[in-house]
Amino acid sequence: MAKELWKGNEAIAEAAIRAGCRCYFGYPITPQSEIPEYMSLHMPKAGGVFLQSESEIAAINMVYGASGAGARVMTSSSSPGVSLKQEGISYMCGAELPGVIVNVMRGGPGLGTIQPAQGDYFQATRGGGNGDYRLIVFAPANIQEVVDLMQEAFELADQYRMPVMMLLDGMIGQMMEPIEWKKPPVSPDDLPAKPWATTGTKEGRAPNIINSLFIDPEACNVHNQRLEEKYRRVIENEQRYETNDTDGAEVIFVAYGTPARLARAAAGLLEKEGIKAGVFRPVTVWPYPYEALHEVAIQDSVKVVVTVEMSTGQMVDDVRIGVNGVKPVSFIGQAGGVIPTPREVANAALKALGR
Amino acid sequence: MKLPEKQITIISGHYGTGKTEFAVNLAFAMARDGRKTALADLDIVNPYFRSYERTRELEREGIAVFVTSNFGKADIPALPPDIMSIFVNRQQQSIIDLGGDPVGARVLGYYQPQLDRIDFDYWFVINQNRVENRTIEGVVRYLRLTEAASKQRITGIVNNTHLGDETTAEVILRGDEFAAKVAEIINLPIICTVGERCFEEELKSRLNGSFFAIDRYMTKPWELGDHEGGQFAWQQEA
Repeated sequence: MAKELWKGNEAIAEAAIRAGCRCYFGYPITPQSEIPEYMSLHMPKAGGVFLQSESEIAAINMVYGASGAGARVMTSSSSPGVSLKQEGISYMCGAELPGVIVNVMRGGPGLGTIQPAQGDYFQATRGGGNGDYRLIVFAPANIQEVVDLMQEAFELADQYRMPVMMLLDGMIGQMMEPIEWKKPPVSPDDLPAKPWATTGTKEGRAPNIINSLFIDPEACNVHNQRLEEKYRRVIENEQRYETNDTDGAEVIFVAYGTPARLARAAAGLLEKEGIKAGVFRPVTVWPYPYEALHEVAIQDSVKVVVTVEMSTGQMVDDVRIGVNGVKPVSFIGQAGGVIPTPREVANAALKALGR
Repeated sequence: MKLPEKQITIISGHYGTGKTEFAVNLAFAMARDGRKTALADLDIVNPYFRSYERTRELEREGIAVFVTSNFGKADIPALPPDIMSIFVNRQQQSIIDLGGDPVGARVLGYYQPQLDRIDFDYWFVINQNRVENRTIEGVVRYLRLTEAASKQRITGIVNNTHLGDETTAEVILRGDEFAAKVAEIINLPIICTVGERCFEEELKSRLNGSFFAIDRYMTKPWELGDHEGGQFAWQQEA
């Protein structure tokens, strides 16, 4: 099939419909408003439900309800809006409800700016809501990956009965790239059955209950241990990452989303100066590919590991866990919507090398 | 390509067609032709990849830049009063870069009294690789919606069929053929077919539209051209 030029936000919406998602609830906010805009036009055509909720909080609770009833469902927002959704996300994890949440990050904290940023890493990977819970978090770095991962996001959400987050910076949401639709569209009729969903007993079975409230602490502990066992399985099976020119590299850049592409450009600048640099890019930022990063960092050739982020330094904590002291880890980042230039990134590596 | 003769040239088209890249390149071409040139970024839809982001480069070549508000980086689509000067200053030729859909084109309605009094062209940029531009019917539908929202008639078609970094001569040629069909059906001229400078020799004699060679100014932050990302060559020299 011929390639088409798609904007990140439109592509994510179309990919969701193609993945069999038939319920979208959301509220507009820059830089992700093209998602609800696209959904408002195309979701009804696909026979689905588009609803612009009265708030982000309402939207995530609609996701909770639709998911409980067995629907393939999603919501999207940008940083301040995703903050509002945190309670609902925690409830979904407690009630073991699948769903996809898209965060197209902008500058923060608070209202911040409408420019691209990555300040929501802790919120996405550590949880902005209460309790012991995790989300699978995909961090695509190009539009093709956005559409490929979107279907997988819905599949993993159903498989593990947990929400999956697509964590994009505003640049990925707003930019255009050529893509192809590799997988055939999924019909909602062909999705695996959800015997736990509240679809009505028809007097033929005991009622299903969707709930995150446990009166008895023992029972709540058992519930938490069971969730933890599930998260272990996710850690074992769902780590994704990509490496570029890391074999025998002196400098390892670690970055996700837009900064991964800045790092590739910076590696090109360093190569001209006779320094071999590679890029390690986590595709899942939870579960984080710690062991894979460790394997790359421990190579004899590696002198420094440089983390690049559009924040003041959040993922760098995970990089330190992965590298675990075998090599020095440094950081270069800008926040609030400012994007570091490839030259700044390259210079950070030179500084780390003591040159 | 023959540069615009009229006082104002309005550029519209779906976002992703590359209308902003075309508008910026057109401004440079006019300024380098010795004309007093202005560019008005009246995009009230897109937050990123806006022509005003190249203000420094444009102003350096003497091009006056107007932007939707003093807070271009915020989503406040306020129209500043100084934009009015492009309608009264007859010593200057101006380009208006509209937002990329019928909603964006609605801004023009506000300037209808001014536009009624002057000569202007209103060009519609198409890129066949955008879903909305895939079919002739799709382009015509979009063009008519844009005209209705802006209360003005399109006067010419610009073919900017591309696939970003994956653009080939064949992609541009296919788009040129497509644009010719569109232009014939709606009885409008093809103003030009746009392509990066490297395609000029190969394509210039094989097109329906005259070739307009562009350089990439609306680059992504990691794209390195004659600069090392984020900055242009002249800034490095400074």
